[in-house]
Amino acid sequence: MEATFNSIIAAAAPLIIATMGETITEKSGVINLSLEGSLRLSAMTAFAIAFWVGNALVGFAAAAAVGAAIAAIIAFSSIRLKLNQIAVGFVLTLLAIELASFLGDSFVGERGPRVPPLPIPILSDIPFVGKVFFDHDLVVYFSYVAIFATWWYFYRTRPGLNLQGIGERPEAAFARGIPVNMLRFWYTVLGGAMVGIAGAAYSLDVKLGWRETLTLNLGWIALAIVIFGGWHPLRVAFGAYLFGALQVLAFQLQDVFPGVAQVLPIAPFPLMILALVFVYSDWFRRIGDRFPKMRNLLGSEAPAAMGTVFERE
Amino acid sequence: MALEIRDIHKRFGPVRASDGVTFTVEEGSLHGILGENGAGKSTLMKILSGFYEADSGEVVLDGEVLHLRSPADAIDAGIGMLHQDPLVFLPFTVLDNFALGSPGSMRLDRKAAEAELMRVSGELGFEFDPERLVRDLTVGERQQLSITRLLWLGARVLIFDEPTTGISASQRIQLFDTLRTLAAGGMIVLFVSHKLEEVEALCDSVTVIRRGKVVYEAEMPVASETLVEKMFGNVFVEEERTTVPLGDAMLRVEAATLSEGTTRIEGLDLGIARSEVVGLAGLEGSGQRTLLRACAGLIQPESGSLSVDGIELTRASYREHLAAGVHYLPAGRLEEGLVQGISIAEHLVLASDDTAFFVDWKAADARAGEEIDEYSIKGLPSSAAEELSGGNQQRLLLAMIPDEVKLLLLEHPTRGLDVESAAFVWTRLLERRNHGTATVFASADLDELLNYSDRIIVFFAGSVFAIRTAAEIDGEELGYLIGGKVRA
Repeated sequence: MEATFNSIIAAAAPLIIATMGETITEKSGVINLSLEGSLRLSAMTAFAIAFWVGNALVGFAAAAAVGAAIAAIIAFSSIRLKLNQIAVGFVLTLLAIELASFLGDSFVGERGPRVPPLPIPILSDIPFVGKVFFDHDLVVYFSYVAIFATWWYFYRTRPGLNLQGIGERPEAAFARGIPVNMLRFWYTVLGGAMVGIAGAAYSLDVKLGWRETLTLNLGWIALAIVIFGGWHPLRVAFGAYLFGALQVLAFQLQDVFPGVAQVLPIAPFPLMILALVFVYSDWFRRIGDRFPKMRNLLGSEAPAAMGTVFERE
Repeated sequence: MALEIRDIHKRFGPVRASDGVTFTVEEGSLHGILGENGAGKSTLMKILSGFYEADSGEVVLDGEVLHLRSPADAIDAGIGMLHQDPLVFLPFTVLDNFALGSPGSMRLDRKAAEAELMRVSGELGFEFDPERLVRDLTVGERQQLSITRLLWLGARVLIFDEPTTGISASQRIQLFDTLRTLAAGGMIVLFVSHKLEEVEALCDSVTVIRRGKVVYEAEMPVASETLVEKMFGNVFVEEERTTVPLGDAMLRVEAATLSEGTTRIEGLDLGIARSEVVGLAGLEGSGQRTLLRACAGLIQPESGSLSVDGIELTRASYREHLAAGVHYLPAGRLEEGLVQGISIAEHLVLASDDTAFFVDWKAADARAGEEIDEYSIKGLPSSAAEELSGGNQQRLLLAMIPDEVKLLLLEHPTRGLDVESAAFVWTRLLERRNHGTATVFASADLDELLNYSDRIIVFFAGSVFAIRTAAEIDGEELGYLIGGKVRA
């Protein structure tokens, strides 16, 4: 039991980091649709660089740079060139996927450095909780920090409130003196860097090594989890853990029900769709109306200006 | 302290939106900026508030030349602008709207912000629940929140761009009181409007702008005729009220219960005759829209019946209503009435009942040209809907109404239009009335209701509060009824 929960937390960590990054980006009004490609290219880059240098940390830095660069292309083409974010994001997805396959070919099957385990003294000795939450490595602890920091930034700081403003109604934010497009650019780059770190977490920590299918479909799932999470960091994190749990469960049940072994690994995907149907149902929305204090957490409304271009007229 | 505007020029392509505008406003003054739609008022105000950069010219406040490159610069200089549609964040709370964009430390101290909100709004006599969502506030309350915020940030000059659009009569009175108090307290208040009567009622001095130029400056009061002449270049005479004899019943609503959202109209009986004009009065959201939408077939009555010219339409769809000769013009011209991105000619093709598979674009352009002439639309057959001004959008919508309409339903038919366009709209509507069309229109403009209606239905708190014929009601009584009071 302890081990199962421990592996759910570990399996979900990269997804948490990626979804927090995407939540920040989308909250500012930009959709980075390239997650599937960004994750894969950054996972490959992280492994390749870490393999050459022999240091995992350098791999993480390189992956963050790759994620940030792809995000910067999306931000620049949307903000300066006024191109459609969905189209650019999709094309970049395809490009990054092909690039990862091409450049990463020679690394398939190699063994590279990995992130060392780092149980936190004292905390990891707490029965159950310690084993589940504090017997991990730096990547997992970083995922905790990402959740809390994103939440705190959004709802407890002044720049965080402004960030919500530029994604909700940029012209109103601009009228209040907020440099909308500059902030959008940097939040998109920040979100992209986090997606890159998530990619590195797959190839250097969770799954170890590089192969084409390493992060297959996880980028698309991350995009869906942000929607499921209603752009609220805590709910997004819940969605990521839920998906992580489904994955671990499906993996463990393969031994119990060998007859349906091929079906189980894909079960989390349709379940994700059902979860989306659920959070968009009237019933779920009404709960939010009943508890005004929980409005942010239970609401499922997208930032109103998400995906749009802001111009000074 | 004085605000001086010196020789401001601003061009958009070939259009000179500001063409050497110069004037000065002294402190403690409530100054009207008057001009018809498209005269260049908004451009000038957006330059003052940093939204646009002027091509040339200077803005001087209190002897200091301002460099207004962005709204941040304008706010720093103490110039605040209230936009026609208050620029607030609907899903956020009142408190977050207040604090968003304000200077201060990294950590947002909501307790301190709330204390400031309460202090400043208390001084102005406004009341807010900080935890309420701004979505649930009326347009008037959103304005009050914006005013509170701008004053808190230290505004010395406040610009109000058409602030009475979309607010109720009582909120307008409150707004005007606030503006007077602010001016009396030593601020510079610019009141931008195309509504003569508001400028006359409120302002100490006025600048009239026409085609990007200052054409007239004066201390109030000034004769209305003078202002109208300066605004339009020709004197516009208000039409005498005309009536035609009413025909037999056109719309018949019996024991109908209509509900939509929080609005619920119960047991409504209403008969409207051929050639009758019925005005729907009431505060925004009192049920007028629900009745119009029910008559248009957009919502179905829960019980009761509805028929048009003897055709039973109680459970009929919107299409069946259209086929029966019902036509609805909603308030959101660009959102609900027109399609953004498509041209005048394309709109007219969409609206026509021609069912041929291929469109004859030559003929369509020719027809669009005719309609543009007939309805005096300022635009080309190829102009997209969103390029047209509000008045021209309404003209296009009028041109799209089929020839044979039995029941015409209109929501705020002249909201946001200048006097000339409003008069044009009504001339067209009355022509149709003369040919037997029954007209039902909702309006927040008391004069419009009194001028054109044969009967006025007053809504209050989601139900029909009173029905009066035009002959037995005057503006004062109508004002009372809209406020939910019966004059003693």
